[in-house]
Amino acid sequence: MTTTSPKAATPPKATAPKTSRRSSSKPSHIGSYLILGVLFLIVLFPVYYGLVGSFMGERDTNSFPPALWPKNGVHPDNYSKALDIIPLGNQYLTSVLQTIGITLGQMVTSALAAYAFVFLNLRWRAFWFGVFLSTMMIPFESIIIPNYLLISQWGLKDTIAGLTLPFLATGFGTFLLRQSFLSFPMELRDAARVDGAGHFRFLFSILLPLSRPSLAALGIWSALSAWNMYFWPLLATEDPKHQTIQIGISQLQSSDSDSPGMVLAGVMLALFPTLLLVIFGQRFIVRGLTTGAVK
Amino acid sequence: MTTTTGDPVRAEHDPEEPPQPQSGSPAGGEAKRERWIAIGYLLPALAIFGLFIFWPLVKSILLSVQGTDILGNPSGFVGFVNYTRLFSDPDFLQVLWVTFAFTILTVIPSIAIALLIALLLQSRIRGVRFFRTAFALPFAFSVATASVIFGVLFNPASGVLNGILNTFGIDKVQWLTNPDLALWSVSGATVWMQIGYNLLVLSAGLGALPEDVLEAARLDGASGFRLQRSIVMPLLTPQLFFLVVVGTIHSLQSFGQIKILTVGGPEDRTTTLVYSIYEQAFANNNSNYGYASAQAMVLLIIVLVITALQFGVLERKVFYR
Repeated sequence: MTTTSPKAATPPKATAPKTSRRSSSKPSHIGSYLILGVLFLIVLFPVYYGLVGSFMGERDTNSFPPALWPKNGVHPDNYSKALDIIPLGNQYLTSVLQTIGITLGQMVTSALAAYAFVFLNLRWRAFWFGVFLSTMMIPFESIIIPNYLLISQWGLKDTIAGLTLPFLATGFGTFLLRQSFLSFPMELRDAARVDGAGHFRFLFSILLPLSRPSLAALGIWSALSAWNMYFWPLLATEDPKHQTIQIGISQLQSSDSDSPGMVLAGVMLALFPTLLLVIFGQRFIVRGLTTGAVK
Repeated sequence: MTTTTGDPVRAEHDPEEPPQPQSGSPAGGEAKRERWIAIGYLLPALAIFGLFIFWPLVKSILLSVQGTDILGNPSGFVGFVNYTRLFSDPDFLQVLWVTFAFTILTVIPSIAIALLIALLLQSRIRGVRFFRTAFALPFAFSVATASVIFGVLFNPASGVLNGILNTFGIDKVQWLTNPDLALWSVSGATVWMQIGYNLLVLSAGLGALPEDVLEAARLDGASGFRLQRSIVMPLLTPQLFFLVVVGTIHSLQSFGQIKILTVGGPEDRTTTLVYSIYEQAFANNNSNYGYASAQAMVLLIIVLVITALQFGVLERKVFYR
């Protein structure tokens, strides 16, 4: 009764890793530890150096060979310098507003659309489904020129609106929520309707609160991609005061390559929110991992 | 799947609304009303898609068949001139080659390394949780944050990479300005950026492997390498195939690391397709929108072909349970 979905909307199923653990200490594990340790050092080194380097002074970073830890004192003032040299405060605020705008916008438009797909008598359902699916196959880079021209024409350069508008809807989010709505128990829905809840009230006060895990997955994915965006904010802003933090730190690098410590301090500031999201939101990230991540 | 059609009890209790979407023939007017409501619920998303995806798509196609004056305004229909120019332009042929090389150099190593880590994390050793979280950290990095860190590491005069080489007595390497090396350096940084995502997908896939199959294989005496190669790998093919497709598309769209690390140089040896679009359209006020749009259409077609391949292959060639 619900739509027959094109296969591509549900790529390989992935569920959270099972935790079946049986500790044994065979000698073969020594080899595993060894390879894992080497990989750990290589993969985590940029993270380590980013963090430690952000506290190193120029005597450490600009000598050769460079120090791998702050030999000549810890320099937390790298952070205040980074905040001074570019309007990092403004840029932080811009990034926060842009991220909130895109995340909330995507949640609302996706929830409404997914509701129509699952619960409403939608005509030409397969056609609309195809329309939503097709948006995930068009790389934004291939249509970025007309988007730039449009935003410039509307005078929205250097505004939050210009940064967020093109991303307020997403096929990915719609399919993620649709999947969750499909498993909603019909008895509950019927009970709500009997109690006189209309579509809108049912969606926002019953369905969405009960779909929290999927909503959280969508929120985290939206927030991560919005915060980390680079190409579009580079085009949509010119005035340093209105640029996002991502653009800010990349310009910090070119403007002051003599002070890597300060540049890395800027990087750490930009990284902080997403680092928290990845560490504490991992299970929600996994949930959204393979829902048509074609884009 | 979950809904049942035409439940009479529901219809009894709720005469105002049609009992169930698409349930044969509900009261005509109400059904029509709900159809409009349904469209209304789709409308916000459709409006955004229309304005910022579909209309720009049409506009891109239109731009690609027009010339551009020095101010960036379309200067009239020129047919396929931009396209024929593309494929006779040695610079653009190099762009295609660089894009291809960059894709190969990023997709395959990033999947291979992530696979190795994922398999090692499957072995039942202590501290797996810690390693799992640690290895997922690169996923938090944006293209800008990662590129800036790698820019510092690649610095020829005082970067850590040359510092490490120095302890082995190797001379300073021009990571980003040596024409033969720059693409490898940028690719290396990109591999690092991709590992986190690949690892999450593969770990999730490994975690969902049917325990009974693994147990049966172990009982039959399969272990270690044999178990990985003959049982685990075939079961992982859906994830691996998915990563190849997604990774390829992702690499084709790469831009930030090139802008930040090499600005397309040296000698355009790191100018990929998307960077070339940026250069033609936006760098130095070029405003060469027509020619850039033709390149954008080439990108679109490549991505669509890969997506179509995914649709075609996924169901048939990949091992599914």
